[in-house]
Amino acid sequence: MRYHPHTPDDVRAMLDVVGAERVDDLFRSIPQALRLDRPLDLPPAADEIALFSELRRLAARNETAHPPFVGAGCYPHHVPPVVDQLLLRGEFFTAYTPYQPEISQGTLQALFEWQTFVCLLTGMDVSNASMYDGATATAEAALMAGRITGRDKVVVSAALHPEYRKVLATYLRSTGDEIVTVPFGADGRTDLAALQQAVDGRTACVILGYPNFLGVVDALPEAAAIARKAGALTVSATAEAVSLGLLQAPGALGADVAVGTFQSFGNPMSFGGPAPGFFATREKHVRQMPGRVAGATVDKQGRRGFVLTLSTREQHIRREKATSNICTNSGLCALASTVHLSLLGKRGLAELARLNHGRARMLRDAMERAGCRPVFSGPFFNEQVFDVGDAEAVVAKLAKRGIVAGAPLARWFPDAPSAKGALLCAATELHGPELIQLFAGAVRS
Amino acid sequence: MEIPEDLRYTREHEWARRKGSAIVVGITDFAQEQLGDVVYVELPDVGDPVKKGESFGVVESTKAVSELFAPISGKVIEVNDPLSDAPETINEDPYEEGWMITIEPSDPKDLETLMDAAAYKAFVEEQE
Repeated sequence: MRYHPHTPDDVRAMLDVVGAERVDDLFRSIPQALRLDRPLDLPPAADEIALFSELRRLAARNETAHPPFVGAGCYPHHVPPVVDQLLLRGEFFTAYTPYQPEISQGTLQALFEWQTFVCLLTGMDVSNASMYDGATATAEAALMAGRITGRDKVVVSAALHPEYRKVLATYLRSTGDEIVTVPFGADGRTDLAALQQAVDGRTACVILGYPNFLGVVDALPEAAAIARKAGALTVSATAEAVSLGLLQAPGALGADVAVGTFQSFGNPMSFGGPAPGFFATREKHVRQMPGRVAGATVDKQGRRGFVLTLSTREQHIRREKATSNICTNSGLCALASTVHLSLLGKRGLAELARLNHGRARMLRDAMERAGCRPVFSGPFFNEQVFDVGDAEAVVAKLAKRGIVAGAPLARWFPDAPSAKGALLCAATELHGPELIQLFAGAVRS
Repeated sequence: MEIPEDLRYTREHEWARRKGSAIVVGITDFAQEQLGDVVYVELPDVGDPVKKGESFGVVESTKAVSELFAPISGKVIEVNDPLSDAPETINEDPYEEGWMITIEPSDPKDLETLMDAAAYKAFVEEQE
């Protein structure tokens, strides 16, 4: 695509049309005090050689000796090189998400296949063509539950990813909906008695992590039963989607909406993003679903083709009554996940999930031998919380040996007694037996 | 374009027909023509109150979503449920099979305030 800067003549012509003297006149509605009357405070432009050398210097500060043991919503996994090769093809690698069916069959088909994978893994009927990320997908699920039920209260498990909860609070600030947070128990699962108490006739939905932020496979069927009885929806949020290769699909356990991220498929950790969010639900809610949907159809000659469908829910048609304000999606990240999943296949995914769980068990054994007990007794997938004494000190100590040890839980739960000394650690297929031994030994030393 | 003589009309292109003491409501031939293929309709439940001039539902075509406005105030006593499975009926037969709801009016004189067929015809011609 070419870049067309405006010449002074262009600018003059445009100003004449709108009847303004100078460009500054267009900003008259902004109070003078709020306008920046100096150039931006930036260093002079660097040449390419200087720029690359600076970037290399910064990159060298990364400690990349070992894959990190930190997950906490974003997981280190092996990405086959072919994923990047396909991703970087010019047809896909664009600054904007191309949707015109006449020229974008490849993109639309890729999104259709993404939706198919999402439905298969979540056990749901319909999926959209990706959200910004897992946190915004969770917030959109709460908004959707409000539209469907006409209710204004959201009940959230304290074991849901804390950053998802923050984004949810931000989204709901404008709706005025009430958020009630339910604690987790000694097993790391949502406290069902407290949940039962919190859920009532005003509750639009119950949201819990699956697995949750503590790495525990939460009590989804029990929570869903409580929600259903009160006429509320159940939302499951999955940050580690590899788990869906081993766990039962949320749709089979009573969830009405399944959200989360497929970062684990095809997407690097990238300091926490971007990563594609997924959103899937039952067919009866399709018109209340946020975002866009790629559909398969046939043209006049009966040839299979792909189009965006149900666009009438979106803001360019429905204006202020649109089901969401999502303006684009994480198309390229979703494509990366789709390519990775298509390479894995059903059996490959199941094997990968078993391998992850196996490595997590190995880590648990090694940590127990090192005298670090798991903090929660609930079932886990590839992530667990261990009592390491002083979690911050352990992280600092291991960093010196090139090991990113995990996430000290007290950073997110400063008041929880169980969070003291607790370190959240993930083990994936990247953590071989030797590395796990090295890790457990280093924690103890 | 068909504009039956015996109905009353709104500026938002709904029609209203007297049926006993109740009022049946739908959208006009002109409206369905403008919308194109109707793919979805969202209607209230029996027992819901409706207020004259306020939205009681939504009709969605392949290219647009439009709100449905109540021609009179009252209570919904009947809903054309088959429309949810066959919304295209609204295109095929907007005045009979494509009816949407029946309202028990809170003020029967409300109906008189709506346009008659001649007035609606003039109104539509002005729009075109």
